[in-house]
Amino acid sequence: MLVLLTAHLIAATLAPVLVRRLGRPAFYVLAMVPAAGLVWASARTAAVRDGRAVAEVYPWAGRLHLELALRMGTLSWLMVLLVGGVGALALVYCARYFPADEPGLGRFAGVFVGFAGAMLGLVVSDNLIVLYVFWELTTVFSYLLIGHDPASRAGRLAALQALIVTTLGGLAMLVGIVMLGQHAGTYRWSQLTSMPVEGGYQAVAVVLLLVGALSKSAIFPFSFWLPRAMAAPTPVSAYLHAAAMVKAGVFLIGLTGPVLAGAAPWRPVVLVAGTVTMFLGGWTALRQHDLKLLLAYGTVSQLGLLAVTLGAGLRNAALAGAMMLLAHALFKAALFFVVGVIDHTTGTRDLRDLSGLRRAAPAVWLVALLAAASMAGVPPLAGFVGKEAILAAFLGGGWWQWAVLAGVVCGSGLTVAYTVRFLWGAFADKPAVAARPVRPASWLFLAPAAVLAVAGLVAGLSAPALDGLLAGYADSYADGGTYHLALWHGLTPALGLSAVVLTGGAALFLGTARTRWWLRLRLPADGAAIYERAIGWLGRLAVEVTGATQRGSLPIYLGTILSVLVVLGGAALASGAAVATGPRLWDAPVQLVPAAALIVAAVFATRARRRLAAVVLVGVTGYATAILFVLHGAPDLALTQFLVETCTMVMFVLVLRRLPGHFSVRPLVASRRLRVAIGVAVGAVVSGLAYAATTGRQATPISTGFPGPAVSYGGGRNVVNVTLVDIRAWDTMGEISVLLVAAVGVAALVFGGSRRLVHGARRPPLPDPPRGQVWLMAGHTLDAGLRSPILEVITRLIFHVIVLFSVYLLFAGHNAPGGGFAGGLVVGLALVLRYLAGGRHELDVAAPVDAGVVMGAGLFVALGTALAAMIAGGQVLQSTLMDWHLPVLGHVHFVTSMIFDVGVYLVVIGVVLSILRSLGAEVDRQEQIERAEAEARRKEELV
Amino acid sequence: MSPNLVLVIVVGVLFAAGVTLLLERNLTRVILGITMLGNGVNLLILLGGGYGGPPIVGLTPEARMSDPLTQAMILTAIVITLGMTAFLLAMAYRSWLLTGHDDVQDDVEDRRIMQRAERDEGLEDQDSPTPTPATSGPAAGREPR
Repeated sequence: MLVLLTAHLIAATLAPVLVRRLGRPAFYVLAMVPAAGLVWASARTAAVRDGRAVAEVYPWAGRLHLELALRMGTLSWLMVLLVGGVGALALVYCARYFPADEPGLGRFAGVFVGFAGAMLGLVVSDNLIVLYVFWELTTVFSYLLIGHDPASRAGRLAALQALIVTTLGGLAMLVGIVMLGQHAGTYRWSQLTSMPVEGGYQAVAVVLLLVGALSKSAIFPFSFWLPRAMAAPTPVSAYLHAAAMVKAGVFLIGLTGPVLAGAAPWRPVVLVAGTVTMFLGGWTALRQHDLKLLLAYGTVSQLGLLAVTLGAGLRNAALAGAMMLLAHALFKAALFFVVGVIDHTTGTRDLRDLSGLRRAAPAVWLVALLAAASMAGVPPLAGFVGKEAILAAFLGGGWWQWAVLAGVVCGSGLTVAYTVRFLWGAFADKPAVAARPVRPASWLFLAPAAVLAVAGLVAGLSAPALDGLLAGYADSYADGGTYHLALWHGLTPALGLSAVVLTGGAALFLGTARTRWWLRLRLPADGAAIYERAIGWLGRLAVEVTGATQRGSLPIYLGTILSVLVVLGGAALASGAAVATGPRLWDAPVQLVPAAALIVAAVFATRARRRLAAVVLVGVTGYATAILFVLHGAPDLALTQFLVETCTMVMFVLVLRRLPGHFSVRPLVASRRLRVAIGVAVGAVVSGLAYAATTGRQATPISTGFPGPAVSYGGGRNVVNVTLVDIRAWDTMGEISVLLVAAVGVAALVFGGSRRLVHGARRPPLPDPPRGQVWLMAGHTLDAGLRSPILEVITRLIFHVIVLFSVYLLFAGHNAPGGGFAGGLVVGLALVLRYLAGGRHELDVAAPVDAGVVMGAGLFVALGTALAAMIAGGQVLQSTLMDWHLPVLGHVHFVTSMIFDVGVYLVVIGVVLSILRSLGAEVDRQEQIERAEAEARRKEELV
Repeated sequence: MSPNLVLVIVVGVLFAAGVTLLLERNLTRVILGITMLGNGVNLLILLGGGYGGPPIVGLTPEARMSDPLTQAMILTAIVITLGMTAFLLAMAYRSWLLTGHDDVQDDVEDRRIMQRAERDEGLEDQDSPTPTPATSGPAAGREPR
């Protein structure tokens, strides 16, 4: 079975290619795949008849009950035959139905084969979760098939409606499945032989399961989606109505019925919904003028009948239901094919425009007659055998059987009536309508319908043989029923009822064809109207909820999040544990100095009107933080903080030179007060949290174990640095990647600037940088007014010293404050100095490399170290100690993690360089272009 | 462990000032707020690590060392903040380039939804299931002949 499913998958994937290569004949090739399913199931007929189900189990996640369990019992066998047979014929039909230049034909073919595969998987699933997966796959594929024509609004709406209704039902079903499976301890249906639970739990699970089945099978009140779905191409409708999709629902009812039919809500739900559907579907079919729509409502009616018989929970009814399932698939697919042929050869399927087809297209007429007779239940066709078995099954017994029987008789009468209406409408000579010209159709176009119609005749004639095959399913009910399928049972009450149905139906048609009063009988509100109203309410609700919560304002979002922090954090503090130890005022009184500076600067920073002032004040808080780091025993942090703060200030200034000097004025005092209030509240809560967290600490820090191994394994005395490059080197690896991404983002934002600036047509000629060795670039490239020769000379003199210092920091960092981050930042600041002194050309001279290359090289080195350790047989990022005695240098101590730190060093240099190139040099260039343009405009105006 | 009140207050002030700036509309102020919040968080983590000497073997006895793990985490955070600040600044610059200012605007689409809510309207009609009668033949309105 897995092979078959895989074959469908492969065929579905290859279908677009095949259709492109071969054109329409590709459908014949594709039809072989579902046909293989038919052949495969036929070959196992004997085994199934003898009660030996074909099963395959592929275990997967056993503790979650997930396994690919496939099983073909009698009912599944019947469904595999139908899915394969009708699927293959529908594909053959497609080859003639679609014009050769139909758009999207390859996609359609693929989706159709996928749909057939999903349906096959559904009917052979034993595990209910697997069944659900295939169930939803059929939903998705049917959505794509119904909406085949993307330009048709009706098609799109119908597809969407089918999707929403059946998915909703599917979800309900999933809940039901989980409820049953969890209680039973297994999701494999073949192991569930008795109802796992009782009472209200059972009732809810069963109803949920039924909602899924009924919505899929378009049973009342979910009937409305199916008639609309006939917006699909005709082969899809034929398959959808006869063997796939809607049959899944009745299949599920038939599959679960033997176990679940005893549950309290089962019979009331299934029988009432089914009978109502049967009646309403038939009644509505009678009023249709579109032949396809007439058949669609006919299907709704028949599905009601199938649900009633398969779900009645009686052995004889189950047998009759299986027979009817077969008969319906055969005649309904054939009739849809016939409608497609009529549509194509005459150009219409409106029965008010058709006349004289019986003589003009006798072959079509014969096929249609054969299939329609089966639908009406005329002997000796399959439909007759099924219908009579149903009548016999409900004859006698309790009151509800009599009620169902009455419903079935009425519904069957309606079926006869709309069948006659179909035949009359499509083929009869109508005096008031001119005979319709008919184009000849190829025999291949009609062949699928003919095959199915004849199959209906054969099935009817071989009823006793079918009885032996289908009894295996029916006997899963042990209620003593002994009915046998046959054409002739003698003069029984059922035969009498059949005759009544046939004559009554014919009379009903004659009556409705002559009179009109019955057309006014309508339901006050049908499912479609309720559905639309519900969708409308849903839309209103979504708009209200979204409008109320999604205000689109960043301050409001942030304010909400922070208020939650204040409320929750504050509540946690208020109810918190007692404080274990009292506070100290300070660790060292000198801490007061930076703390006071920081507090003053922070308060003024919030009130600053000028951008530069705000930046400087925030910078002060940063430097003060660095001093607090030193005083708290964190020299590495202090060093890095100083360097980063300086870098940040430079970046701010670089950008701010383009922005207005003052912040835009916001006159709302109230909102400002609110902001301050939230800020103060957050500050208070965080202070409280800091206090509580520090006092409440009880566990020993992990890092108490760090210093020893840092020296013995990491080979360094600076524990912080060893932590960065060895103990927690993965964090550092992640961090340098983030830095790299940020730098790329900056470059993208600045270089990808407005098109006018980047690709400006009037780009002014920029001075070429001079060739050869030049000590000071600025003399050639900067305006005299922008120069500062003293800065230039000093910068030029100390640049190399700074770089050398950075190398010292890098290598000393393992044992003293420093390391790759600090070293890289120092080089970065040296470059900043060169740029500030000599402009962007000076920067290019100082660092004649692409920033991306530097960053990439750094990441490469870091990753290389990590992988080298792994290749050498250690763990990723494991470091190795090396000690050499060299002749001149003496003892050399070397750790491989130092190479990793070199990688970090390079990445940081690259990042700063990249930011300088973006926010510095590129912004310069854009500004220059703008100024030149403004200049040119002014000149033009003067002229 | 007994907390250091000075640092507790400093953390509170940095958070208060940072949040006040963060709630502004102006992107420059938002970035400054984030920078201050970052410093506040770093100090908060440092506070959790406890007071001590520099964690360098040989310089400080092991028992008196401040926590090296918190310091490594803060060091990472400092450098990441640099990258993020650069990115946000580039965004501010680009915003200025495109719109002439660096204020964060309200989302236009969200405002349209709010207007729909005020007018008590439903979803926009694109392919929502509005009543479209399924075509029942080429001429649906006619009486049967």
